[in-house]
Amino acid sequence: MTAPGGAHPPLVALDGVTRVYGAGHVAMWALHGIDLTIGRGEFIAVMGPSGSGKSTCMNILGCLDTPTGGTYRFGGADVGALSRDQRARLRRHYLGFVFQGFNLLSRTTALENVELPLIYRGMSANRRHARARRALEAVGLEGWAHHTPAELSGGQQQRVAIARAIVTEPALLLADEPTGNLDSARGHEIMELLTGFNREQGLTIVMVTHESDIAAYAGRVIHFRDGRVTDDAPAHGGA
Amino acid sequence: MFRNALLLALREIRRNVLRSALTTLGIVIGVAAVITMVTIGNGATAQVTADIASLGTNLLQVRPGQGFPGHGGSRSSAPPFEVKDADAIADLSGVAAAAPTASQSVQAIYGNLNRTTTVTGSSNAFLVTRNWRLEAGRSFGEGEVRAGKSVCIVGATVRKELFGGQNPLGENIRLGKLACEVIGILSPKGQSGFGTDQDDFVLVPLRAFQRRIAGNTAVRLIFVSAGDGVATEKVKADIERLMRERRRIAGNLEDDFNVRDMQEIVGALTGTTRVLTALLGAVAAVSLLVGGIGIMNIMLVSVTERTREIGIRLAIGALEREVLMQFLVEASVLSSFGGLAGIALGLGAAAGGARLLEVPFLPDPGIVVLAFGFSTAVGLVFGFFPARRAARLDPIEALRHE
Ligand SMILES: Nc1ncnc2c1ncn2[C@@H]1O[C@H](COP(=O)(O)OP(=O)(O)OP(=O)(O)O)[C@@H](O)[C@H]1O
Ligand SMILES: [Mg+2]
Repeated sequence: MTAPGGAHPPLVALDGVTRVYGAGHVAMWALHGIDLTIGRGEFIAVMGPSGSGKSTCMNILGCLDTPTGGTYRFGGADVGALSRDQRARLRRHYLGFVFQGFNLLSRTTALENVELPLIYRGMSANRRHARARRALEAVGLEGWAHHTPAELSGGQQQRVAIARAIVTEPALLLADEPTGNLDSARGHEIMELLTGFNREQGLTIVMVTHESDIAAYAGRVIHFRDGRVTDDAPAHGGA
Repeated sequence: MFRNALLLALREIRRNVLRSALTTLGIVIGVAAVITMVTIGNGATAQVTADIASLGTNLLQVRPGQGFPGHGGSRSSAPPFEVKDADAIADLSGVAAAAPTASQSVQAIYGNLNRTTTVTGSSNAFLVTRNWRLEAGRSFGEGEVRAGKSVCIVGATVRKELFGGQNPLGENIRLGKLACEVIGILSPKGQSGFGTDQDDFVLVPLRAFQRRIAGNTAVRLIFVSAGDGVATEKVKADIERLMRERRRIAGNLEDDFNVRDMQEIVGALTGTTRVLTALLGAVAAVSLLVGGIGIMNIMLVSVTERTREIGIRLAIGALEREVLMQFLVEASVLSSFGGLAGIALGLGAAAGGARLLEVPFLPDPGIVVLAFGFSTAVGLVFGFFPARRAARLDPIEALRHE
């Protein structure tokens, strides 16, 4: 597999990507030909009305789904040509996910949740614990390692999810409405955290949001409508 | 990869103790049933064998007719023996003793106490052939047997029921029309492998029995003991030849009597208990299979319940075969834990059951190992289908699952 660390190809390159659900006259075009290039270190907010294809696009970027047409190159590798296992390995090594609904394992401590991706990487227990603890520290939860999701607030749960996403030091972090389930103050805390990772570690982030004050943290805002990119511009306002 | 799967599986089991316990319940019960049945069955078989061996391995039984005791009985057309037949057998070389016997169920009365018991008429040879010792008193005198004196030797149960703590020696009891003096007490033998109380028994001289109880001179059973170091096969053949002669059976006709040695009797009886053990074991094995289906059922439900968890694992980068492996390991760890619990439970139940049924507790390591192996295999086999289903889930769909 081509390591997406090479200098030349952009991290993400979508070329005429379409995604069609169903076939024939029930075919539903969720994406109508997306051209998009994302460079390393960018922080992108994706906005658009409900049903405009944002999540569909995120799934493709996250290698959870493959385009119906067009090509998606991740670090130069054609994702459409990869097998299910190869895409799983790509996710394991280069991608991090943060979801609106947190998606932590219930009845499992914060530390064990954060460790999970490292277990699949086959890391030894000692190194795994150390890294998971560092990630929890980075999201400000050093005292909460042994708490289960049920014992954590929504904001804290989302921090655990972020720790789980960044513990592998991914090349790209994908966040689909990460503040969607949080109140405004908690949402801004999460955004401070993500902005920090982007600025200090150069983490590339693509984030879907419905709120313009959240989008304002990003360096670039892309608007979707009916499966097309209608606007792609540097953010105004600013953090 | 296996170590990771084991780690993840153990975490998952610990995470949901109740679900795990329910998953294994069927296996626990199935294994426990198999272990209990087979262990008690083994004990019963051993008990029967030991009981019969206690009769003496050099014992032979000669009966009129061709049937096997307990399998239809003697044919009524075959004439009974006489005392002279037993005397003739006793004179054969290689025969240590031959005891002509006749038995009947009779009411024994002492004072205002009574008990229906088995009364057997025979001689001292009966005690020799049956390897039965006296606990107190004496056996019959030569003259008492010949004359058919009114004396008797009582078994432990009769003694307890009629005399309680009192010394019965020298007391008179009534056996139907026969009033006799108790001269001896037999040492207790306990339950026989057939489930009857061997100590519920009174021995009287054969003559007295024939005159006062039976009213005829029929001898329906002769116990013979072969001398030390004499093959029972040879004695058996000699008896058969002798009896054909005495009963004037023409060369081409079948015997109208039968001679059984203990090997045959042991074989027939333990054969029966073995078949029973196997049958019970088979029934229990079916419950083990049902336990396996239970595992599959709950694992399938849990795959649905855990769809989102599987989605998370897949999104994070778990390979299809890693999820498969985790679920398989979970299933087999659960079922082998269930197997262990079932073994413990089954051995416990078997120990209790053995005490209750008064048979020895004889756990068979082979069946324990087999049950454990089988339960683990059940987990693997029945865990496979749910595991594959989990592994093939679409991560997007799985994540969206509520
Ligand atoms: N599995 C699917 N099968 C069929 N149609 C689908 C499927 N997933 C999404 N769609 C359709 O594709 C379109 C785009 O959906 P998508 O989830 O990408 O929208 P979105 O921009 O994320 O919306 P929201 O802001 O509500 O999350 C929608 O019309 C949706 O109904
Ligand atoms: Mg969406």
